[in-house]
Amino acid sequence: MTVTSTEPAVAALRDALTARTDRGDRFAGLFAARRGDTVTLSAHVAAPGRIDTLEAELPPDATEYPSLTPAIGAAFWYERLIHDQTGIVPEGHPRLAPLIKPGDPLPRHVAGYGLFTIPHGPVRSGVLESMEYLVETPGEAIPHLNMRIFYKHRGIAARFAGMAVPDGVLLAERAEGIASIAHALAYCHAVEAIAGCEIPRGAALLRVVHAELERIANHLDVAVRLADAAGLAVATARFALHKERVLRLVSALCGSRFGRGVVVPGGIAAFPRKRPAEILAELAPLEQQVSTDMRALLGTSSFLDRLRGTGPLTPARAREHGALGPIGKASGYADDARLTRPYDGYPALPSAEPGTHKAGDALARLRVRAEEITQAFGLIRLALSDFPERTRLTPRVPCHPGTGRATGWAEAPQGEVLYDVTVEDGRISHCQPRSASFHNLVLMHEVFAGDILTDFPFIEASFGLSAAGAAL
Amino acid sequence: MSIWALRGLRDGVVTTRWPRRADEYADAWRGPVTVIGDADAQDVDGLCPTGAIEVAGQVRVDQGKCILCGRCVAQRPDLFAWSAGATGPDAAALTREALVIPHIAETDEAVAGGRPPPGAARTAALRRSVHVRHVDAGSDGSEEWEIQALPGPVYDVHRLGVFFTASPRHADVLLVTGAGSPGMAGPLRTTYDGMPDPRVVIAVGTDAISGGLLGDRLTGVAGAVPVDVFVPGSPPSPFGILNALLIATGKLR
Repeated sequence: MTVTSTEPAVAALRDALTARTDRGDRFAGLFAARRGDTVTLSAHVAAPGRIDTLEAELPPDATEYPSLTPAIGAAFWYERLIHDQTGIVPEGHPRLAPLIKPGDPLPRHVAGYGLFTIPHGPVRSGVLESMEYLVETPGEAIPHLNMRIFYKHRGIAARFAGMAVPDGVLLAERAEGIASIAHALAYCHAVEAIAGCEIPRGAALLRVVHAELERIANHLDVAVRLADAAGLAVATARFALHKERVLRLVSALCGSRFGRGVVVPGGIAAFPRKRPAEILAELAPLEQQVSTDMRALLGTSSFLDRLRGTGPLTPARAREHGALGPIGKASGYADDARLTRPYDGYPALPSAEPGTHKAGDALARLRVRAEEITQAFGLIRLALSDFPERTRLTPRVPCHPGTGRATGWAEAPQGEVLYDVTVEDGRISHCQPRSASFHNLVLMHEVFAGDILTDFPFIEASFGLSAAGAAL
Repeated sequence: MSIWALRGLRDGVVTTRWPRRADEYADAWRGPVTVIGDADAQDVDGLCPTGAIEVAGQVRVDQGKCILCGRCVAQRPDLFAWSAGATGPDAAALTREALVIPHIAETDEAVAGGRPPPGAARTAALRRSVHVRHVDAGSDGSEEWEIQALPGPVYDVHRLGVFFTASPRHADVLLVTGAGSPGMAGPLRTTYDGMPDPRVVIAVGTDAISGGLLGDRLTGVAGAVPVDVFVPGSPPSPFGILNALLIATGKLR
């Protein structure tokens, strides 16, 4: 796929990408990397069982290339990112404003009498991550929304370069802190693929346990925020209590409430401080309480009224964009890496088929999360009851990747996380993380049809994304 | 709706009794690394991914840089150990230097000299009505979860007269998280400038104190706002943040 002149290489990449997406594969990301003098565009395509990387090399002095966004709509933010990072202009991009670099506020998208812009952020009105939503409104309806995420850009991808492989996982854990386990897993899957090592079975199962606990905590957090937005004080407190109990259980297992330090290249750092039977005994009452409270929440009509029909994403758009995680599932598009590209302990565990949802509204997204919580408890139960005798186990195998490149993935609570890692002589020479938050957040532009200002907190909470993961 | 009234009674009181009584979870918390020995310390160079370990005559750990990865504790248990407990005067520091363990001599004297906590001296008049504003200056998102837990049922800071406010005009305390991303330097300063005196700034987490793993390019928030209380941790526990809030406002010494 390497052609010297810009146009043919990028045109070939575009054609290859559209051919793949037409076939049903999913566009999963587009990045540019400078290696020496040349800049290479790398596009990731998700297919059953694997993630492929298609590349186009730009000539050394390239200052522009024909934009892929007109053909692949989901590349919209990726190309803005490429422009910010390399200065190369994707010619023909519909709105090439800075994304992770500071820039002037975007010109107003809609114009007319009485229209004004309400800035939400970057310092938000609650305890929330910094980002800016510019809500263009005539007073109630929201005809257009702009987002600026550069406030939190920390340069995570650039920081990876030059790090030792064992240190990289520490940074991955802090790329999107509320999905520490998923990021650590995606990173480790990449370096384990380069090293060609197979992790021990016990470690594979415990990775599942931690990943699913993280999923439960994140989904409970969404329930807290939705209940809070609806003013349901008791429901807010109940779900906050459940979330706290999950975080305390995680800290009882490993010392960190976010599971940091658990996942290491080659397996896990150590076995949990609690025995499987103890964990199961603690989880059982929690599962029961979460499920009864969730049933009550999904039966509270004043709450459902706020969610039903709010922030709808059509199935067609979800499929076209390749919407990840609960957002995709709620709109009838499910590509769950645990099912289609299973890893760690997941192949050994029975996979739960995702429920069918088509509504694509905030309520459907909550229903998907409620199902995923139930499935997560089930997976943890299976992983732990099937747990082999500890005395015959090692937590990890040596993992020393020499030189190579691989893409690792994991299903975070927000959706699929990708890590494109290149290792040279045992050190990371390039690492490009891609969170589900980044891929999904752009869809917020499109879900305000018919919704009004007071729906905003519900829509934002129902997306359940992290600004840290989006801006990296 | 009545169903929720009954559900609210289900678990009885789940709120911690701390600070009036000890809390088991807070006491069992695994805090940043501390130094327990001073044996042959030649081979600890490069052990710490953030460079928190200093070897200059004596081995010291800068807890403001410790991200709690535990690598040093695992490899040199004779030298390093986890500090225990999320609360108490040692779980938060009033100066950046006080985070370096063991303390350098003059810092020790200043602390031992009973110097009044500068933040607390300013905010003593606030008594049981402290309003808190949070600003994320480039966090990884986990610190926000721990701060969000504070008004929740388990920590319930309202019982201590601590409230969160949206407007910096109403705020007495500024909780700052994050490594200090360039994009947030301006908004952070604007928020601080919008607060009336007396005001106290708490840097929440290792990222906010030193930039943590990003420390080679982002160095925390102290350059943008004057920090009164430092809470190390990656992230610190809700108890650690609550402890710092009470120290900063003179409710706890």
